[in-house]
Amino acid sequence: MKKCILGKKVGMTQIFDDKGMVVPVTVIEAGPCLVVQKKTLENDGYNAIKVGFEDVKEKRLNKPDKGHFTKANLSLKKHLREFRIENADQYEVGQEIKVGDMFAAGDKVDVSGISKGKGYQGVIKRYGLHTGRRTHGSKYHRGVGSMGSNTSPGRVLKGKKMPGHMGVNKVTVQNLDVVKVDSEKNLLAIKGAVPGPRGGLIVVKDSTKPVKK
Amino acid sequence: MDLIKEIEQGQLRTDLPELEIGSYVRVHVNIKEGNRERVQVFEGTIISKKGTSSRETVTVRRVSYGVGVERVFPIHSPIINKIEIVRKGKVRRAKLYYLRERVGKGAKVKEKI
Repeated sequence: MKKCILGKKVGMTQIFDDKGMVVPVTVIEAGPCLVVQKKTLENDGYNAIKVGFEDVKEKRLNKPDKGHFTKANLSLKKHLREFRIENADQYEVGQEIKVGDMFAAGDKVDVSGISKGKGYQGVIKRYGLHTGRRTHGSKYHRGVGSMGSNTSPGRVLKGKKMPGHMGVNKVTVQNLDVVKVDSEKNLLAIKGAVPGPRGGLIVVKDSTKPVKK
Repeated sequence: MDLIKEIEQGQLRTDLPELEIGSYVRVHVNIKEGNRERVQVFEGTIISKKGTSSRETVTVRRVSYGVGVERVFPIHSPIINKIEIVRKGKVRRAKLYYLRERVGKGAKVKEKI
């Protein structure tokens, strides 16, 4: 991984590309992020940078959270994430990371977010299982289906798909296109949808997929 | 949401005439074929308008050789060279989908004078 940034989902819209075609995009307010700590091979066993995003009032943080920032005399931030970035030694504590320096239009990125909560859901919506037929005398519509065999194994197998809470998971969408970068307003326009609600924290990294030639 | 609005405002075109339902228009579209660029003209009646700000589209219908042809134009797209209004129509609804079922004289929109 060479590139990473934290951001906030603003919403979706569409923009015209240079051919005049309509491209659906998600707008992300990305950065500026602050390098809070550098982890090194000698000290921590691996190379990484710890990055903070979004200013926050002092009374919103507790003492351990504040410690991350006060140690290096930095401004307080709401979100903290660590990235095992390849060129970690090129970053300094207190340095600002901006979208314009990280990404450019045409890049491929992986985008992670916390998905919207769906509440307690049945098996049809949660796992996409098939429904029973509605008509022709059927009395079985959206049920769970068979729980398994009888005496052997005599129990319900682990991992059986059943109703339960859905959403509020970390979801990553791979290989999305960066359509536009506005370094002045710190905006990133990514083609397609991105997990999470508007205002949710978004992590953008360069794609792990191999580059096709 | 204001940031989204700002982005959409930046894409708006100001050189377009006011498009009304029922108007007979001539839409000039830039078409790129390899390295050559030419302008194609599509003529017809506006039967529907959809969307707001930069997402606004217009459906233009014409009958060519007895076959109805409809094209949907995103009017703020840079591929649209210009839009000419030939004449305005006198219509009483926002969507003229009823024209699809009509042929001949019944498929005409009265001119607004």
